[in-house]
Amino acid sequence: MLSLESITKTTQDWLLAKFDPTIALAIECVIVILLCITLFAVLGLVLVLLERKVAARIQIRLGPNRVGPGGIFQTAADTLKLIMKEGLTPDTADKFLFNLAPFVVMMVAMLLLAPIAFAKNFQIWDINIGVLYISSVSSLSVIGILMAGWASNNKYSLLGAMRSGAQIVSYELSAGFAVLTIVVLTGSLQISEIVAAQENGWWLFKGHIPVVIAFVLYIIAVTAETNRAPFDLAEAESELTAGFHTEYSGMKFALFFLAEYINIFIVCAIGATLFLGGWMPFHIGSWEAFNHIMDYIPSSIWFMGKTFFLIFLIMWFRWTFPRLRVDQLLNLEWKYLLPISLFNLLLVTVVAIMGWHF
Amino acid sequence: MFLKDYISDVYNGVASLLKGMRKTGYYFTHSKEIITEQYPDNRATLKLADRFKGEVVMPHDDNNEHTCTGCTACELACPNGTIKIITKFDITPEGKKKKAIDAFIYRLEMCTLCNLCITACPSDAIKMVPNFEHSVFDRSKLTKILNKPGSKIKEGIE
Repeated sequence: MLSLESITKTTQDWLLAKFDPTIALAIECVIVILLCITLFAVLGLVLVLLERKVAARIQIRLGPNRVGPGGIFQTAADTLKLIMKEGLTPDTADKFLFNLAPFVVMMVAMLLLAPIAFAKNFQIWDINIGVLYISSVSSLSVIGILMAGWASNNKYSLLGAMRSGAQIVSYELSAGFAVLTIVVLTGSLQISEIVAAQENGWWLFKGHIPVVIAFVLYIIAVTAETNRAPFDLAEAESELTAGFHTEYSGMKFALFFLAEYINIFIVCAIGATLFLGGWMPFHIGSWEAFNHIMDYIPSSIWFMGKTFFLIFLIMWFRWTFPRLRVDQLLNLEWKYLLPISLFNLLLVTVVAIMGWHF
Repeated sequence: MFLKDYISDVYNGVASLLKGMRKTGYYFTHSKEIITEQYPDNRATLKLADRFKGEVVMPHDDNNEHTCTGCTACELACPNGTIKIITKFDITPEGKKKKAIDAFIYRLEMCTLCNLCITACPSDAIKMVPNFEHSVFDRSKLTKILNKPGSKIKEGIE
């Protein structure tokens, strides 16, 4: 059967047969880089279109429907427009940092792709501290945002960047605790082992109420971490005129925009891996026939399906809830999410020690 | 006591958020609720709201008669000088002079569609209609004379 696993294996065997191992590794690196960039471009186009369509449907509109059938080429046309626009650098801006910032944000998003398992045995780097790697690297993106805000030499940008800093630093905690609950249950930081532990049922179902609470906390925290509504204080079009990327135009703006959507994809992919079993098919206890049918669906489709379900959930949040004030935002984190997640972690530890989970 | 308040706060917060999500989820799954008009595609079947105001017109009946007495109440009511009424004196069969309008000049380019002229009119001679395709290549085309050529005032309107 043709699967991503067999394709990668054939490619590697062919490369090793033709070249010596070092060159083969270099060629593999190039292939991976190209695949990542392609994935980024495709995801950017698809997610922006999806967001606009979901927003339209929720607001009882139709959304983009002019370019191509049903508007499917709308985002491609928008990207073309952005490429042709002038990437202006303001006179008083710190030119080096200003031009560096979008690439920092993009690079962080790219680094986060490394440990994600897209399908069965289809993973760029199965690092044994995968979860730790993700939570540490994802906090780097705030540096790019602060850099953009500071270098723009603009009050709005700086305010947006500072808000974003406060927000990401505080919500990282509860996101981290939510991830820790799964680490406690699995006993491993490795992504492939976390997925393997969910072979007989996803953690969301196996882990009782504590994991459900952790899942809700995770979704709230990552919505805040990716700077999306209702936590989009860093952009806040109505008060800060787009916040940290006020001064950006053309392709540099597009990179920020793309990075936002890639980050959503990544956090949803991690959420799907931790709570919804990654590429594991949906199995129900002893229903052999049902489980067998589920196994026929390729693992990559399972993974993408779960990820896009979470993405849809986050989009649903965005178009339902109003934006929070800064004090409300910090109240929510420090007075509600953090105490609840600390207590929840304790609960999960008890569950794991007593072996109450399935 | 504090803990009870805390938990009920969280519960009420989550419940109200879920209520909002239920509403938007309903809209998302019910595409028949979509209310936007697909304008250039459905020009023939376009449905506009009753209260939509696009332009002032003067209705004429089959005999080319209107009900405007030329009292200039609308001209006085207009906040930005959109309406200009030029009056003339008709000679009635009895030999009396009677005031009538020569031209009801309406400048659409200056009109804010505030509806004050309509409410000021004592004889309901003018009304708002929902036309909105007003674009022209020459600005002078927006200055309109509302009374049709050869029209006269309806009998019995003073």
